[in-house]
Amino acid sequence: MRDTENPQARTIIALNAVTKSFGAVQALKGITANIREGEFFSLLGPSGCGKTTLLRMIAGFDEPTTGTIAIDGKPMAGIAANHRPTNMVFQSYAIFPHLSVADNVGYGLKKRRLPKAEYRREVEQALEMVDLGGYGPRAAHTLSGGQRQRVALARALIMKPKVVLLDEPLSALDKKLRDQMQLELRQLQRSVGITFILVTHDQEEALIMSDRIAVMFDGQIEQLATPEDLYRRPVNQRVASFIGVMNFLGAQVSGSDENQVSLDVQALGRIDIPRAGLPEGMKPEDIHRVGVRPEMMTILIDSATTAERIIEGEVVETSYYGDMTYYAVRLIGLEEPVTISMRNTAGRAVLRPGEIARVGFATDSIILFR
Amino acid sequence: MSNRRNKLNWLNTYAVVYMVFLYAPVVLLPIFAFNSSTIIAFPLSGFTTEWFGVLWTTDALHSAVRNSLLVAVSAATISTVLGLFAARAVARYSFPLERGIMGLIMLPLVLPEIIIAVALLIVLIQLGLSLSLWTVVLGHVLICTPFSIAVLGSAFRGLDPSMEEASFDLGETRWGTFRRVTFPLVLPGVISSLLITFTISLDEFIIAFFLTGTDVTLPVYIWSQMRFPAKLPSIMALGTILLGLTVALLILAEIFRRRSATRRGLDASTTEGLV
Repeated sequence: MRDTENPQARTIIALNAVTKSFGAVQALKGITANIREGEFFSLLGPSGCGKTTLLRMIAGFDEPTTGTIAIDGKPMAGIAANHRPTNMVFQSYAIFPHLSVADNVGYGLKKRRLPKAEYRREVEQALEMVDLGGYGPRAAHTLSGGQRQRVALARALIMKPKVVLLDEPLSALDKKLRDQMQLELRQLQRSVGITFILVTHDQEEALIMSDRIAVMFDGQIEQLATPEDLYRRPVNQRVASFIGVMNFLGAQVSGSDENQVSLDVQALGRIDIPRAGLPEGMKPEDIHRVGVRPEMMTILIDSATTAERIIEGEVVETSYYGDMTYYAVRLIGLEEPVTISMRNTAGRAVLRPGEIARVGFATDSIILFR
Repeated sequence: MSNRRNKLNWLNTYAVVYMVFLYAPVVLLPIFAFNSSTIIAFPLSGFTTEWFGVLWTTDALHSAVRNSLLVAVSAATISTVLGLFAARAVARYSFPLERGIMGLIMLPLVLPEIIIAVALLIVLIQLGLSLSLWTVVLGHVLICTPFSIAVLGSAFRGLDPSMEEASFDLGETRWGTFRRVTFPLVLPGVISSLLITFTISLDEFIIAFFLTGTDVTLPVYIWSQMRFPAKLPSIMALGTILLGLTVALLILAEIFRRRSATRRGLDASTTEGLV
């Protein structure tokens, strides 16, 4: 287990009941969270959820309306961005177009008045760290999008900040480059060991890169957890449908004793849940819906294969992705089709719309919701 | 089909006629500047550079040129500095009555100059100030500042606000940020503004005529010489020089504006609402 997954790791940023209002609009409604030293932390949410506002307050471009932000134990109230131990990678990268690559990277170092040789060495090292060794003399405006992103990163890292803040740094790149940069950024973060805080609206990006993710809606953190926890144990329907795809089915409690709770679930029938399987703070009578992930259901190809539960349904739509096929299947007794994903293993036929599918699932794969 | 061609022909004719009407008189200026006759009429009588030689020896003209340069340089510098502040403020901040205030600042663009000139004259006299080249500078700053704001406004609007934030984030002070990032990035706009306001001030007549004391600027001098028919050819020569100079300055200003646009990765061929 990595350091950062250790809850005992030191807190580098402490957010305490942070709110921010712009006129009558409350953009942040009380954010409390501890970000740990050395972790890759993501603020994930749809646009307008306040994630960028929060990042800008950590950077020092804005002050909270109420609440406090402490970095490395020091309260940050009244300390402007140029005196905070944080550096930002902007969404537009904000590479200074009138300077060379080296002057961009060394921009912040210039203030520290290092000897010339040392300055040059530091800049070259920073460029090599982001795979741009030898690019120093180039004019900044000649760089490609991916290269700009690296320069922006080198320019932040060279300052040896306690925290690097990344504001949707990959959103301007095309898909292929984005996938590659996700891995590179992750590796870089591990090798330098500096805390990274990433703001993104892309759940896949957050899942791939982060140690922990804070999912934000309407100026509040809805859930703060590891990627795996978020995916497997989302606290509510909003989080569940934002992270990946989730099929929701209506459910009613049909009986309960001290050992288990019996649910009557739409289309799936009766499912018994052990009491211990209930999420913390949830009582049996709270359960009104269950969720099933697309990959937790299987389309059984021949009558010989079997599963714990089998239901029939009609294929409504087939989306072929190459490695995967996504089916929309209308289960018997259900209006809305459910989404089922299947890996396209060798020899597996792809079902066409109109065909009848036998859908198998395991009862322990369902997630309970209020 | 033929209908469409007809329409196109009409448009072409209109465009050509319009251009001739606009520029033919201007072309007459250099033609008569090199004509050896003192009478401004066709047919041309011969080629001469005599009129340019006359300019060389006219002292009153030289002092008018000096006055004009003093006024133009002062007006250009002051209005560009004022424009820099205003454009930065409008681009970065929103403040109460922003539109109203900007509207008032930009008003001299559309206000008849004669009204500005008369109004300023009355105010200056009421204040008991004596008329001089500096009162002309004052008037010129008033009409040049809107142009300066228009040019610099487009330079600031094209400036990504995160540029300044990035600099500040990297430990630079606000003044240092202006010096190392903001100013270099809007510099082409500043030069362009200086050139445009310089040109406007240099050939402005009405305000200069109303507000000057005993020292005259070049356009006022030219106007005063128009009364003497014998002087006309040398005025033509002077006009030719001014024409060349003005065109050169405006081309230079446009080059700087485009360079700043290219540097910011914008499409240089757009005028961004200017001109």
